[in-house]
Amino acid sequence: MKKYTYTDKKDTRSGFGAGLLEAGRKNNQVVALCADLIGSLKMNDFIKEFPERFVQVGIAEANMMGIAAGMTIGGKIPFTGTFANFSTGRVYDQIRQSIAYSNKNVKICASHAGLTLGEDGATHQILEDIGLMKMLPGMTVINTCDYNQTKAATLAIAEYDGPVYLRFGRPVVPIFTDPDQKFEIGKAWMVNEGADVSIFATGHLVWQAILAGEILAEEGIDAEIINIHTIKPLDAEAVLKSVAKTGCVVTAEEHNRLGGLGDSIAQVLAVHNPTPQEYVAVNDSFGESGTPEQLMTKYGLDAEHIVLAAKKVMKRKQNAIISI
Amino acid sequence: MKPTIQELEKTASQIRRDIVRMVHACQSGHPGGSLGCTDYFTALYFSVMNHNPKFNMDAVGEDIFFLSNGHISPVFYSTLAHAGYFDKAELATFRKLNTRLQGHPTTHEHLPGIRIASGSLGQGLSVAIGAALTKKLNGDKSLVFTLHGDGELQEGQIWEAAMFAPHNKVDNLISTIDVNGQQIDGPTNLVLSLGDLHAKWEAFGWDVLEMKGNDMADVVKTLELAKSRTGQGKPIMILMHTEMGYGVDFMVGSHKWHGVAPNDEQLQLALGQLEETLGDY
Repeated sequence: MKKYTYTDKKDTRSGFGAGLLEAGRKNNQVVALCADLIGSLKMNDFIKEFPERFVQVGIAEANMMGIAAGMTIGGKIPFTGTFANFSTGRVYDQIRQSIAYSNKNVKICASHAGLTLGEDGATHQILEDIGLMKMLPGMTVINTCDYNQTKAATLAIAEYDGPVYLRFGRPVVPIFTDPDQKFEIGKAWMVNEGADVSIFATGHLVWQAILAGEILAEEGIDAEIINIHTIKPLDAEAVLKSVAKTGCVVTAEEHNRLGGLGDSIAQVLAVHNPTPQEYVAVNDSFGESGTPEQLMTKYGLDAEHIVLAAKKVMKRKQNAIISI
Repeated sequence: MKPTIQELEKTASQIRRDIVRMVHACQSGHPGGSLGCTDYFTALYFSVMNHNPKFNMDAVGEDIFFLSNGHISPVFYSTLAHAGYFDKAELATFRKLNTRLQGHPTTHEHLPGIRIASGSLGQGLSVAIGAALTKKLNGDKSLVFTLHGDGELQEGQIWEAAMFAPHNKVDNLISTIDVNGQQIDGPTNLVLSLGDLHAKWEAFGWDVLEMKGNDMADVVKTLELAKSRTGQGKPIMILMHTEMGYGVDFMVGSHKWHGVAPNDEQLQLALGQLEETLGDY
């Protein structure tokens, strides 16, 4: 197992804030919009440096999506910022018609995704957003795992022409990816090569997958860990290559098991290489109040549950071989 | 040289013929609102707006129009065709398989003249505000126009946008509401009353004008007046009083022709009331 360490921890949303500022410096067409959550979205530095390129829309997310779509006409590259719930479910039709169907170059940047929003509870903890967004034709869907990756992704989507959903979160988490990485949209990241089981993880579950890999290694299980930061377009080649080697799969995400990363991978496998798969995801339920750590444990989204899923799926693989 | 009112009326007559024929040909679509707004579209594209039929999405240095109530696409398509955005022969493909003239306007098929998809109501004002903000950021002095149905004002997003534009001094925007008092299920005052629209928009901080939408001279005059009042810190709203189905006597004033196509006999009756002035497509 390749060793991953960290010396610092930060929230992924701060990576977005840093990336937005840098994207703004690189390209004066970059503009930002926010629906009364500047501090939560870490947009302060961008606003301080480029006040004329910032639009405060107030608590009116539908209007924000429409304004962002309109601002692309004439060449602006709008980044909208609010919580993931208000970035997707609340404004689905605005995104569908004015952004996706109209093919507008809007970057929908969503913080506080998933359970790790914590104490505010289920009204704010969307677990369906990846599914909602990936079903829109032409929409790119990205879920980042740490500060550095989020910053790099923010810079990458500024240079990409087309609608993007960028999902990140609130809690402070280890920084373990390269600060100078080049983020390639649609290209999976090989975290650790292994032979026994493929663990495909996205967002906050990537660090948990690394911890799980260490536990499995101690027990002699050689896990391949792949970070799928871009859920759409999915790097099907990386998925199939890994599965051809390992023959079993665990998917891990901070999302409903319906419609998320696991389903995207299951679809590729069903068509090309049917393979035993276990989901580490929320089992079709809403969240609730609690600390991020408490919630991730209660809903089974941690290293321990990834380990259990890996052992279970390896057993299924063996049973399948025996039955042949 | 701007066309005379009489010339504009001739163009409007041809567009009305196109609308009825297009909707008849595919036996679907929305003739009522299209006929009611024909004078507005004609004035806008043949007299008021500075626009370039050699279509460019970014519209730098030219005025932009957004249709928010996308269901009146027949009048939009016919107007664009006569203004030179595409060949009027293409009007025959309206709502048919593989057409660029979808039931509701879209950029998806790359039809020149369309800059946003519309149809799901209430979204166009926000989009127009965005385009107007970009024009300001770019130092582009040209204007943004929008059209909305009155029934569409029942959508909440309209009022989010209504609040935003005055607060942010979006004064390069001229919006118009087609006040025909009708919607699918009946008169607006029975379905969900709109109340005193003039007072409402004024209270939100808009510069509100009124015009007779089926009087070409008044449409041109009011739109020009609106242009003269841009750049003064307030967005402009024109309450345009029209009759749904204007120009075809048996369609006038009734919500029943909101989304119904005429049969063969009704088509002939309608065409008998609308002079062919520029040649049918």
